[in-house]
Amino acid sequence: MSDSSPVLLQITGLQKSFRGPDGVRQRIVDVPAFTLAAGSQRALAGESGSGKTTFLNLIAGILPADAGSIHFNGVNVAAFGESRRDAFRAQNLGYIFQTFNLLQGYTCLENVLLGMTFGRGADRVRAVNLLKRVGLGDRLQHRPHQLSTGQQQRVAVARALANQPRLVLADEPTGNLDRKNSLAALALIRETCREQGTALLLVSHDRTILDQFAEVQDFHQLNQVFAEAAV
Amino acid sequence: MSIVAIVFRSLRQHLLSTLVTAVSVALAGGLLLTVWVVKTQSQAAFTGVNAGFDAVLGARGSQLQLVLNSIFHLEASPGNVEWQDFLEIQNNPDVELAVPLAVGDNFHGWRIVGTTPDLFNASEYAPGKKFELYPGGKWFDPVRRAAVVGSFAAEKLKLKVGDKFHPFHGLIYDEHKQHAETYVVVGLLKPSNTPADRVIWIPLEGIQRMSGHDPANATEVSSVLVKLKADSALAGFQLDTFYNKQGRRLTFAWPIGRVMAELFSKIDWFDRVLTLVAWLVALVATSSILASIYNSMNERRRELAILRALGARRTTVFAVIVLEAATISALGVILSFGVYFGLMSGVAEIIRTETGVVLVPLAFNPVMLWAPAVFIALGALAGIVPAVKAYRTDVARNLTPHS
Repeated sequence: MSDSSPVLLQITGLQKSFRGPDGVRQRIVDVPAFTLAAGSQRALAGESGSGKTTFLNLIAGILPADAGSIHFNGVNVAAFGESRRDAFRAQNLGYIFQTFNLLQGYTCLENVLLGMTFGRGADRVRAVNLLKRVGLGDRLQHRPHQLSTGQQQRVAVARALANQPRLVLADEPTGNLDRKNSLAALALIRETCREQGTALLLVSHDRTILDQFAEVQDFHQLNQVFAEAAV
Repeated sequence: MSIVAIVFRSLRQHLLSTLVTAVSVALAGGLLLTVWVVKTQSQAAFTGVNAGFDAVLGARGSQLQLVLNSIFHLEASPGNVEWQDFLEIQNNPDVELAVPLAVGDNFHGWRIVGTTPDLFNASEYAPGKKFELYPGGKWFDPVRRAAVVGSFAAEKLKLKVGDKFHPFHGLIYDEHKQHAETYVVVGLLKPSNTPADRVIWIPLEGIQRMSGHDPANATEVSSVLVKLKADSALAGFQLDTFYNKQGRRLTFAWPIGRVMAELFSKIDWFDRVLTLVAWLVALVATSSILASIYNSMNERRRELAILRALGARRTTVFAVIVLEAATISALGVILSFGVYFGLMSGVAEIIRTETGVVLVPLAFNPVMLWAPAVFIALGALAGIVPAVKAYRTDVARNLTPHS
């Protein structure tokens, strides 16, 4: 993606803290500035417990921010109430989880259709085409437990792209896969996002995965919580 | 994929608990429907049955006992009425028809009642309906030892035209009290769905002169069924005053429906207790919906978090859970009609055997509309507690599996 691509995501002064068991609030995320261009692909590197997942959840609107702004396509979604954040997430974002988070009672096709339900509405043809694209055209009626872990992750990829999102957030998407399947799954995520013109923000601690990206950003440097701790 | 589709997939996923809970609702619903329909139908039937007559004249005593004995063929006769008293009321200008009855014998426990052919020829057991015989039968000749058997009694005793039998003395069957007389079945009544179906009808004199009966009673009858003339509006009051207030020997039970209604008002408390129990069972059943869904919430927190992560609003997951509870209740309500039909058929058969009164399980009753609505509403209400839990699901915390 060229530098001239429009900015899709612009984050300023984003902060989030949680109250610990001792009652003391502990800051988990403190990101002064972050930008992501439309259609670009970037990896965030960081160890477990560094706040990467919280950062993604803030962008997705799953968690409300304590302070700061998240401008998505020029609109500050951090100022939205919960209901609008839900609608924003359904229409603009795809989310791929380390544990896939497929609904076990649903077939592959139903899982993908469910990804569309709260956004642009269920589109069976698109759902089938997406599953064919990820190589599961012959597994439409299979339940997640009838699939291998690699196949389950492919369903999760199809579901994340179901609503033609502007941005896909991927949280350790290959964490549950072996090396061979990890690289294949990553290639699939990147290819399909590219085909759809969708930006990708992926977090991982796996060096092999991070090495596949041209743009890699160290979350430790991005998140001022660690910088403050170091001081 | 609509909310309804999500609800059905969730119910499918928890099929066993869905079915168990629905069955408990079905049992409660079936019980409530049965109690309600038996209550309303039996009250209507018992207060509506009058065998086509307005009153019963009998020995001094309880009006209820007189009606139960003469109309429903239950209970013992409170005493006898002189033949002269019968003739007197028969000749009363306000009386259209008076039919004497004599009881005191049975055949294997089925009551034998002596009467005159007027009961079959001159009266209607319901407006426009006269007793009819099956083809091949005839009405008894009042001077012969012949019997016309009610349809239900004939079915249970397996009696047919031409069969012979010896009556037994008393209203309760005792094999040592067989009379010497032999009676021939000459006709079988078509079903009238009245207590008459349970009776073996013989000529009045048959009872009066049966061997072993007191000859002194040969000129008496047990009671007289009385039909007043339609244009004699005050006749009932006048006869009530004459027999019940001025006289001391006889009882005039009039109107028959009022006597039975008094019985039901006396046992109204029993109805209320039954209804209360049925409602409590309904409450327990709908509480089981709450317990079932609430208990599943822990394992479903992740599922709900995923739905939320995909963009479902809090109100959407709330609605899913409430709709799920209402659907389980609706499923139970559908099944409850099967339970109701089974229970009601059994109860109707018992009541028909014991009293001859016919209850109809398939007859419409308003409870069949409002009870399902109440059950579904209660089910939805029961879903609110787990729905609040679903509403409060912490998405971020529940997106990762908990060990």
